[in-house]
Amino acid sequence: MATRRDALQALGGLIAVAGLPGLALAAAPGTERRLVFVFLRGGLDGLSAVPAYGDPDFSSKRGALAIDAPGTTGGALKLDGTFGLNPLLVEMHKLYEVNELAVLHAVASPYRERSHFDAQNLLENGTAKPFGREAGWLNVALAETAGASGLALGSNVPLVLRGPATVSSWSPSVLPAPDPDLLERLAQLYRDDPLLAKPFAAAREAQGLMEGQEGRRGMGGGPQAAVALAKAAGTFLAKRDGPRVATIDFGGWDTHANQIGEYSPLTRNLRLLDRGVVTLKSALGPAWKQTAVLIVTEFGRTVAINGSRGTDHGTAGVALVAGGVVRGGRVIADWPGLSDRALHESRDLRPTLDLRAVFKAALAAQLGLGEAALETKVFPDSRGVKPLAGLFA
Amino acid sequence: MNREAVIAVNRFGLGATPGELAAANHDPRGWLAAQASKPAPDYPALAGLAPSSEAVKEFPRWLMKVRQARADAKAMQESGQPVPRGVEENFRDHFLPIMVKEVGARLAVAATTPVPFQERLVWFWANHFTVSAEKPVIFAVVGTFEREAIRPNVGGRFVDMLLASSKHPAMILYLDNNLSVKPGTKPSPIAERLNLPRATGLNENLAREILELHTLGVNGGYTQGDVTTFARVLTGWTVGRPLVNPGFTFIAARHDAGPRTILGKTYAQEGMAQGEAVLRDLAAHPSTATHVATKLARHFIADDPPPAAVERIARAFRDSGGDLSTVHAALLECPEAWETPLAKLKSPIDYVVSCLRGLPAARQAEPGALFLALREMGQRPYFAPSPQGWPDTAQAWAGADALWKRIEWSGILAARAGSGIDPLELAREGYGDAVSEATRLAIARAESRQQGLALWLASPEFQRR
Repeated sequence: MATRRDALQALGGLIAVAGLPGLALAAAPGTERRLVFVFLRGGLDGLSAVPAYGDPDFSSKRGALAIDAPGTTGGALKLDGTFGLNPLLVEMHKLYEVNELAVLHAVASPYRERSHFDAQNLLENGTAKPFGREAGWLNVALAETAGASGLALGSNVPLVLRGPATVSSWSPSVLPAPDPDLLERLAQLYRDDPLLAKPFAAAREAQGLMEGQEGRRGMGGGPQAAVALAKAAGTFLAKRDGPRVATIDFGGWDTHANQIGEYSPLTRNLRLLDRGVVTLKSALGPAWKQTAVLIVTEFGRTVAINGSRGTDHGTAGVALVAGGVVRGGRVIADWPGLSDRALHESRDLRPTLDLRAVFKAALAAQLGLGEAALETKVFPDSRGVKPLAGLFA
Repeated sequence: MNREAVIAVNRFGLGATPGELAAANHDPRGWLAAQASKPAPDYPALAGLAPSSEAVKEFPRWLMKVRQARADAKAMQESGQPVPRGVEENFRDHFLPIMVKEVGARLAVAATTPVPFQERLVWFWANHFTVSAEKPVIFAVVGTFEREAIRPNVGGRFVDMLLASSKHPAMILYLDNNLSVKPGTKPSPIAERLNLPRATGLNENLAREILELHTLGVNGGYTQGDVTTFARVLTGWTVGRPLVNPGFTFIAARHDAGPRTILGKTYAQEGMAQGEAVLRDLAAHPSTATHVATKLARHFIADDPPPAAVERIARAFRDSGGDLSTVHAALLECPEAWETPLAKLKSPIDYVVSCLRGLPAARQAEPGALFLALREMGQRPYFAPSPQGWPDTAQAWAGADALWKRIEWSGILAARAGSGIDPLELAREGYGDAVSEATRLAIARAESRQQGLALWLASPEFQRR
């Protein structure tokens, strides 16, 4: 008896004959290296995730939000003499100890205002301004790479992965699978549609890859979905003929109030992030050794605690880079300090490292992109921003 | 059917109910204009829903239940009995029925309303002033916002909608203004004792989003200094204790009194009048007119709003002092709106509602099932991902998986509708001549009426409005 996978493969042939744009998920991906982009939307409070317990101004500025030095109850997990990890990031700390996590501090995109939406747009589009272009840098990088393909975990594709290269998206479903004959007829109907032809073909390929792997069970909504999506990302990326780039959107980091305590959203999110990374690692299996995971956010938050035990929109923050190809076990920071004089506009952590340097290093290491493509096409007009050296093996 | 009727019913309306396209056909613009000026119908579906003054009590009620459950669990553990379910499930048990009821009522209104343009305007403005259940404390309150702050003002003045929004408990709680107080305020003893969020100073959240999202727009000309000063002006704007004094309240003791300068103008008013004066000026600011006009043109005309249309709508906004009836009428007068049928990709809620309008049998679906279907398509009702609201461009909704979920759902609906529906007739009734020859042929050649219906519901035309 023919399985649904066989039917889909047969249909895949029809698509090719009909000249439909294919995703080439099933073609040789050209590289064994994988790249996962995790976007923490809302503005992760970098000084909560990675407290600078050794900075002389840390506890006074942070007030009730200050995390104590390592070795005390509820204290940070030690990274080095200045920085620790939030005590909720236990699994991440284990990765750090085996040199598979690098922690970058005082990093920011080129954006210097405080709108989430402009900041996210700029970080994703890869230019130095909000709405600088309609494509995302990760998609443009894929378009420059032979064979590798991209997948967004979730129903829709975030801007960073939209653009000229055909990409897919996937999330588990509670709805019954469509009839294969209906799909074949729809393929004809969508064939010339400028908007729907590519997503339709890409969806069929992603569904084909996941056939029999995941129960048809929804993942629920909200931040809890991030762990389920991390597992799915690992499953896709582990496949020999699967995508090489995946994105995970993880929202809910805009913590203006009540950042601490058992039921605070930040507590919940940090736990989910910690679980998400270890889940991704285990789903990747041996492919973890070939993987880089970039965990970033649109901006950091104010250094000082605000009036409601939270923090408001700020500037520099942290990025976490995990995976088997990472030369981790270290904090990379040109630390500007937290004294009044050191702060950006008297309130925010001053940026000393451009996030694009991290992105460039990741694209060079994982997708083999050369500097010329990186500084003109992927990140236009970014010649002054060199790939961060030595981040990846 | 003329092209303008297809546009009126599908893009400005919510999708054709049986006979609606024919009714709009003789004068599509007049059909829309009449809706915009009519008073809102008395929707029976909305009648039984709790007002915000009741809904804000749900969170403390739940907290009390949790405390009781914990005490019970402890007692059980001590006597060796199995311990009941955890806090999180308890939360869902308490709140999900409330939300599903709200979603069901909202969809029931949309599926049957005789004034779908008016209803789409309600959606548009509710999305402009987004509140989201991403914040658990307003889980039970989000549904009330649209009824109380948006619906009464949708044919009125923008400034009144802005004032109603800025004072609504859902908005105050969503954007933390209940936690923004005069710097140096001592936390209340009750908050200390119950370990509730304590407020001792400013929180910029509401002030910033009013400037950036509700009024001027991100490039509207304000600075970080304006944000902080506006946050000071809005201190004291809060909600009363839910079980004692529910609803918006101004607490003078928390207000950071004194003259404040915003966008170069000094406001010397005292108390709440100061914030109201700032909001009135923001509503009348030319940047607000342009910001709102751009969003209206994007929603009703094209993802890339034609500049001439934006300017026409913005001028109507400026000249009328933000009279929304005038603004909405100007929108209908934009020639750009009537040029291209099917210019917009439907959002998931557009898609689901247009299915319900076209297929009366589908309206029997359980609200919970519709909630799930929308979640699967990427638009979980009342859970907009941020204060910016749901996106309004095709690229944001055309993900591979999102399209896949629509196809899955069209299969379910077609199976439920059975063979009683003639899909070709349904297509003609909703989209007239905008149905392509390829789609007509595909439906005609389907192996069954059911498959033909699924094909129509998933077709490129029906995905658009």
